[in-house]
Amino acid sequence: MNFWVELLISVLLILGGVFVLVGSIGLIRLKDLYVRLHAPTKATTLGLGGILLGSMVYMSHQHGYLTIHELLITLFLVITAPVTAHILAKVAMHHEVPMMKRTRNAEHVSTARKQQAPGDTKDQD
Amino acid sequence: MSMTSRWLPMPFHSLLLLAVWLMLNGSLSLGHLLLGSVLAIVIPLICAPLQVPQPKIARPLKALRYVIMVLGDIVVANVQVALLVVGPMRRINPGFVAVPLDLDETFPITVLASTVTMTPGTVSAEVSSDRNWLYVHVLNMPDDEQEVIDLIKTRYEAAIKEIFAC
Amino acid sequence: MLEWSMIAVGVMLCVALFLNLWRLLIGPHVVDRILALDTMYINSIALILLYGMYNGTQLYFEAALLIAMLGFVSSVAFGKYLLRGDIIE
Repeated sequence: MNFWVELLISVLLILGGVFVLVGSIGLIRLKDLYVRLHAPTKATTLGLGGILLGSMVYMSHQHGYLTIHELLITLFLVITAPVTAHILAKVAMHHEVPMMKRTRNAEHVSTARKQQAPGDTKDQD
Repeated sequence: MSMTSRWLPMPFHSLLLLAVWLMLNGSLSLGHLLLGSVLAIVIPLICAPLQVPQPKIARPLKALRYVIMVLGDIVVANVQVALLVVGPMRRINPGFVAVPLDLDETFPITVLASTVTMTPGTVSAEVSSDRNWLYVHVLNMPDDEQEVIDLIKTRYEAAIKEIFAC
Repeated sequence: MLEWSMIAVGVMLCVALFLNLWRLLIGPHVVDRILALDTMYINSIALILLYGMYNGTQLYFEAALLIAMLGFVSSVAFGKYLLRGDIIE
């Protein structure tokens, strides 16, 4: 296999692996649930994208024709990862999961969980 | 009702179905083209009555440019978030922000919420029931929260408004 | 070189999976556990694809796609259950 193609695939794979690892390190290190949501949705999705791109280049080079079906998984993840994050944030708000002391504007949670506008104090059932 | 809207109620979905079918099978042979075309016509015919009417993409070229811009932003935002995650924890100052929305259809709001989650260190958390406010959790708040709101409104919401022409 | 980088990435993914498992076990709240499970799904997709590359076959692609779909649906189902099952709307 050509040296430069190997180098390209290796760089893509290792970048992907590093981002996936950073996502999981974030999952362990960060202090509260809302902050923890950021690491897997962003870093892990990009990491998987890198690995899929590497796999695409490798398979295309191996078979001699362009294989693009890895793009399906990337597309699917880019569409679904934000939905999962949104639903988990919603659940966290409804269950009033504790958050970091220095979170600013924490009072937004009480209106957000009732789906009201900020500053709206009246109860709406 | 014209012929095309009768047999192809959702032309974009039909094209997407055909493309996904061909990608899944990894071939461009005649058989797969035929089978994919049949599926691309039959499935939208069955699903069309279930559809909730949504605003159409008025300017496809702008939409393409938006996708490319967001892909670039995803990479930049990821590097920033990765540096914050690996660096010392005291540099993280989280916070909530309520962004006033100018969009009022559900599909454009969904697109905006998804982009906000994927890009600049923010996760969308809730939409108010009157669709006027988007609650966003910010990983690292700047001193002035208006910066975040302005970034979301000028960079993403304005572009989405142009694309859907609403 | 390619073989070594594949092994290195495989090790990284396994470490990441163990970190997720740790969060799944200690997670103070049930939402943390769902998040950890969702991340494990994504990491295992990466691991399966890498294994497919290592063996030079495309057989594992369908498995990866299935895991992606099931992972998304199950995370959303957990979330919906917690939203609708515990809180009377």
